[in-house]
Amino acid sequence: MSILTIQRKVLEKNDEIAARNRELFARRGLFVLNVVSSPGSGKTSLLERTIATLRGKIPLAVVEGDVQTDLDAQRVARYSVPVVQIVTNGGCHLEAHLIEDALASLPLDSVKLLFIENVGNLVCPSNYDLGEHMKVVVASTTEGDDKPLKYPGMFHKASVLIINKMDLVPYVNSRPDILKSNALKINPSLKVFEISCTTDAGIPEWCAWLEQQVSYIRAEDNAG
Amino acid sequence: MHELSIAQSILEILNRSVPNEELGNVRTVNMKVGMMAGVVCESLEFSFRALVSGTPLSAASLSIARVPFRIHCSACDRTSPTQHGFALCPHCSGTETRIVSGMELQVVSIDLCEPVLETS
Repeated sequence: MSILTIQRKVLEKNDEIAARNRELFARRGLFVLNVVSSPGSGKTSLLERTIATLRGKIPLAVVEGDVQTDLDAQRVARYSVPVVQIVTNGGCHLEAHLIEDALASLPLDSVKLLFIENVGNLVCPSNYDLGEHMKVVVASTTEGDDKPLKYPGMFHKASVLIINKMDLVPYVNSRPDILKSNALKINPSLKVFEISCTTDAGIPEWCAWLEQQVSYIRAEDNAG
Repeated sequence: MHELSIAQSILEILNRSVPNEELGNVRTVNMKVGMMAGVVCESLEFSFRALVSGTPLSAASLSIARVPFRIHCSACDRTSPTQHGFALCPHCSGTETRIVSGMELQVVSIDLCEPVLETS
């Protein structure tokens, strides 16, 4: 018996392509967010409200990921922003090469902010770096306040937590303060926003934060 | 259920690391998988067996060492394992922590039943 020592990351190929995506984003001065959540927590609604608020202020584009249909791309396209739909045909997450291919169809020259809406799934997408600056995890009040404890992997990898559907708090048993403290036990450095895509509560704060992040990227770009 | 695509990535690593004529000699693929890597080892082993079946690698199987989840606290400078993936320091409740292990997803080594042929 002989032993071949190799010490290789299993997802090294994905990570290599993610690094290429990251270089491209840096070169173009793009700020890129990978939006993840369980199905139905309101990722697309969040993008719709965000686009409606930032339209005319920041040029943005969207990559949509779903197992089937281009329904989400249709929703986003109504706001007249460039959007590409990736249909994974059963795949439970987006991988870096899918993003690399999708980027070829976007007018990146005129874009400063790119949202990647991942497949609704709180487990698998956490393993796959797409080259984004940050992962934004959306958890809605209707899902229960224990989600961060049940799915810690995604909350470890995220930089931002959006607690969505705040308008439904009076009608559900979960408490957003407990959801938030559970999330901070898993990842104390999470930046948290409490939002309702129905009433627009919290949307201005979230969008102001996005504008600030985009301005940092521009500053870096100009310095370089 | 992303274990199938992870198993596919392991196969690609084997194909790149082991000369073609040696693939039939691969017996064990030794892996490190962190407790918080988000991987179900039984599903990964099942997926790997399904993929290698009927190929030169059909005698190969995975041997997985789980790595505990540990954090380092910069406030009290201690490294501790924690339960449930909590990243709060269990000693001082500090929040300035970083994860030092438990997220691994690595192929460490490959056991072959014959010595690897010198390719020179």
